[in-house]
Amino acid sequence: MGSGTNIGKVRGLGSAGHGSEHWINQRISALGNLLLTLWLAASLFWLPDYTHKTVAEWLAQPSVAVPMILLLVSVFWHVRLGLQVFIEDYVHNEGNKLALLVLLNFYVIGGAAFGIFTVAKHAFAGTPV
Amino acid sequence: MASKAERPISPHLGIYRRGVHMMASITHRATGFILATAGMLTLLWWLSSIGGGEESYQTFLTYVVDAGEEATGFQTASNWFFRLLALGVIFSFFQHLFSGIRHLVMDMGAGFELNANRTSAWLVFIAAFTATGLVALYVIYEYLDLGA
Repeated sequence: MGSGTNIGKVRGLGSAGHGSEHWINQRISALGNLLLTLWLAASLFWLPDYTHKTVAEWLAQPSVAVPMILLLVSVFWHVRLGLQVFIEDYVHNEGNKLALLVLLNFYVIGGAAFGIFTVAKHAFAGTPV
Repeated sequence: MASKAERPISPHLGIYRRGVHMMASITHRATGFILATAGMLTLLWWLSSIGGGEESYQTFLTYVVDAGEEATGFQTASNWFFRLLALGVIFSFFQHLFSGIRHLVMDMGAGFELNANRTSAWLVFIAAFTATGLVALYVIYEYLDLGA
C-alpha cells in the first residue's frame, strides 16, 4: 500500500478515508431493512386477499406508502454499500471495477427513484380506471 | 514500487480450510446479490403494476403468479420460472436476515470463539432452510392446490 504521501494518494494507493462511515451506514441501513421488510411481510400476510382493489387501497394509505418509500430508500442504500464491497473485493481490473461501480450507482438511484415515484404517484393521484 | 499485479489481493479465497463459517460469509454475499437484483426488480414491477391499474396488475399476476386455465406455454413457463425464483428469493431473504443478525452480534465483538462462531453459522443455515420450507408449505397448501 502507499505510504500515505500525497503522490501515493494521487495514484489511488492507500485508504480513501471513508471506511468507518461506510461501515456504520451499512449497519444503519441493515437495521432499517430488518424493521421495514418484517413490516412488509407482516402487512402482506394480513391482507384479506390480493385482488387489485385490495392492494391498491392498501398501498395508497399514508401508513403504507410512507414505510414502502422508506423501505425502497433503506434497501437500495444497503444494496449500494453492499454490492460496492462485493465489486471491490472480486473485480480486480481497474477499468471493469469503475464501470461496474458506475453501473451500480445508476441501478440503485434509478431503481429507488422509479419505486418512490410509483408509490407517490399512486398515493397522490390514485389508480387509472 | 512493486508491480501492482504481483501483490497478493484480498480476500485470499484459496488458502483457507473450508468451514461452515466461511460458507455463511460467502452465502451472505450471494443471497445479498440475489435480493438486490431478482428481489428488488420483482418488487418494483409489482409496485408499478399496482399503480398502473387493474390491467397492468393482472399482467403481473399472469406472468408471475398464475396464468389460469387458458395459459399459453410461455406463460406457464414464466409462472414456474418465477415460482422457482420466489423460492430462491425467500431463502435468500431468510438467510440474509439471520446471517445479518449474526453479523450485528459479531459487530459488538461477541461470538468469535471457534465453537460459538461455528454453531451460530450452522444455526443461520438451519433457521433459513426451516423458515423457507415453512413458507413454501404454507403457499403450496394455501394457494397452489398441489397437495389436494
